[in-house]
Amino acid sequence: MSALFDILASAGLWAAVLRIATPLILATLGALISERAGVLNLGIEGIMTFGAMVGWLAVYNGADLWVGLLVAALGGAMFGLLHSVLTVTLGLSQHVSGLGVTLFASSFAYYVFRLMVPVAGTPPTIVPFQPLDIPGLSDLPFFGPAFFTQTAPTYLAIGLAIALAYLIARTPVGLAIRMTGENPHAAEAQGLNPMAIRYGAVIFGSALMGVGGAFLTLSAFNSFFPTMVQGRGWICIALVVFASWKPERALLGAILFALFDAFQLRLQTVLSGVVPYQIFLMIPYLLSIAALAVMARRARVPQALMQPYRRGER
Amino acid sequence: MRFERREHRSTLLVIATPILAVIAALAIAGLLIAAAGAPVFEAYWKILTSAFGSRLSATETLTRASPLILTGLAAAVAFRARLWNIGGEGQFYLGAIAAAAASAHLFAGLPSLLQIPLLFIVGAFAGMVLLLVPLWLRLRFSVDEVVTTLLLNFVALLFVSMLIDGVLKDPAAFGWPQSEAVDAAARLPKLLARSRLHIGLGIAVVIAFLIYFVQTRTVFGVQSRAAGLNPSGAVFAGVPLGRTLVIVAMISGGLAGLAGTIEVLGVKGYVTTDLSPGYGYSGIVVAMLANLNPLGVVLAALFTATMFVGADGMSRSMGIPTYIADVTVALSLLSMLVAVFFTQYRIRR
Repeated sequence: MSALFDILASAGLWAAVLRIATPLILATLGALISERAGVLNLGIEGIMTFGAMVGWLAVYNGADLWVGLLVAALGGAMFGLLHSVLTVTLGLSQHVSGLGVTLFASSFAYYVFRLMVPVAGTPPTIVPFQPLDIPGLSDLPFFGPAFFTQTAPTYLAIGLAIALAYLIARTPVGLAIRMTGENPHAAEAQGLNPMAIRYGAVIFGSALMGVGGAFLTLSAFNSFFPTMVQGRGWICIALVVFASWKPERALLGAILFALFDAFQLRLQTVLSGVVPYQIFLMIPYLLSIAALAVMARRARVPQALMQPYRRGER
Repeated sequence: MRFERREHRSTLLVIATPILAVIAALAIAGLLIAAAGAPVFEAYWKILTSAFGSRLSATETLTRASPLILTGLAAAVAFRARLWNIGGEGQFYLGAIAAAAASAHLFAGLPSLLQIPLLFIVGAFAGMVLLLVPLWLRLRFSVDEVVTTLLLNFVALLFVSMLIDGVLKDPAAFGWPQSEAVDAAARLPKLLARSRLHIGLGIAVVIAFLIYFVQTRTVFGVQSRAAGLNPSGAVFAGVPLGRTLVIVAMISGGLAGLAGTIEVLGVKGYVTTDLSPGYGYSGIVVAMLANLNPLGVVLAALFTATMFVGADGMSRSMGIPTYIADVTVALSLLSMLVAVFFTQYRIRR
């Protein structure tokens, strides 16, 4: 029991929590905003993979780390545009189109990576984002190392979650997005353009997914390898449901999830040899499924989610 | 510009759709090959000859196509009823490991004629169980099965990894995590001597015809279609929705599990965590390319296998990453979606 407490009381755990949570926060927000406008984006897993690859590749070729993030955002937006054309303009099945985007984006990422970076024994690395030293806060005992030794994108992600919570709940833009996701016909009657709003939300959301992926290669690790996203995208889709489509809850959900993940990583070392490590690795996925089962009925689903909008057609 | 639903779809258009989609995908992938600085037509010629140029390569392509037919059917059957089973990969692995374990421990020593059918049942059952869990979550808690089946793929693979690193580990494998070998009597007979091609191909094709028959000639076929087209309408017409979906899930999960069983009994003889190069995921593409038609699945699986085997050979001689096969297959899925749309709608100004 004291071993468990030691884990919870270590600053390293809490530092890891925010690090693990960051890509989840970014990508969950991306999925959330496009779902609020009525479009499910299952391209998320592939878009994160592509963002991770292209952001890393830019930095590897000499670009600044922030430029790397921007490139990842643009890459994500590109696939968001593709998903919008398929699901908004043509009104195709959002499930199938999203899976197609995931398959295309991830295999395209691997193709480009293999083409640009020849096979090597050890994967090439870049110098990733360094922890930001915040005067005063970073030197606090326990709280300093636990919460204020993160890299800049982590603070950015947290700030973005708060900003999006405000945007969606309190601004005309947020109202337009929500209206499009609840009832696009009513939105159109109000003089809004549901098609344009959906395009905007999906493209912006995909850009966030791209940045979330790039956090993995530019901050959490320093190299890219295939399958590194490891289902994080699917977990984010579950987190959106868990968060009941609210950004502030998505932030909490991602941190809670990361806490479990960081905890199981440390538990693994304590219990190694007793319990197979695969059991621990299963936990995040099982946890997501459990969260879905608990929350699915209670959550307030955007009413027009997954319904294509065609002008003058009911 | 707006879209108008077509009153009538000509048969020619329906047949031409997948062909046009594949051509479009090959054209876009050709740009990527050109971007890599290789001659495009030569690369495609290399893909074709690497997949069918010799007896060895042709049998290899057909061997690759067999599990793809089954995972493709698994997806097609489910999608037709709007049951989004994206968990084919996990079901494939569970089917494989269940059959391997049963052969090594439960049925070892039984004659082939008895053991192989028993293992098929065991493997299919394992795949079924893995899909019934997300279906139960959907029916009981209205949880979207896309996400749960996707997440279960990771759980299933970790579960298999745990078994082949633990209780089912082959002590003779020099420490490599792989399962004990299946019983010699459980190995599937070859279709052709001196090749890896086994009777799994024949089984897969027969099942494709069976499913075609069930879907077009039986009450259940109509019910599962109705459940997909209009669930509330189907209920109104007296279709038992829950029961239909359960049967669809059992067929779909069972087929994916059977694919894993046949792969382990027919090709490798033991399970590792790289038994499937994404057969479960490719099955989704195969199903979509076939427009969910069971007989089309056979052709779509053949195309997909050709791309994968061919790209392997082309990659070795031309230095283009093998991922070009995955890119092409994913692109064919996307262009097929668009092509099917235009068989249903026309553009009006």
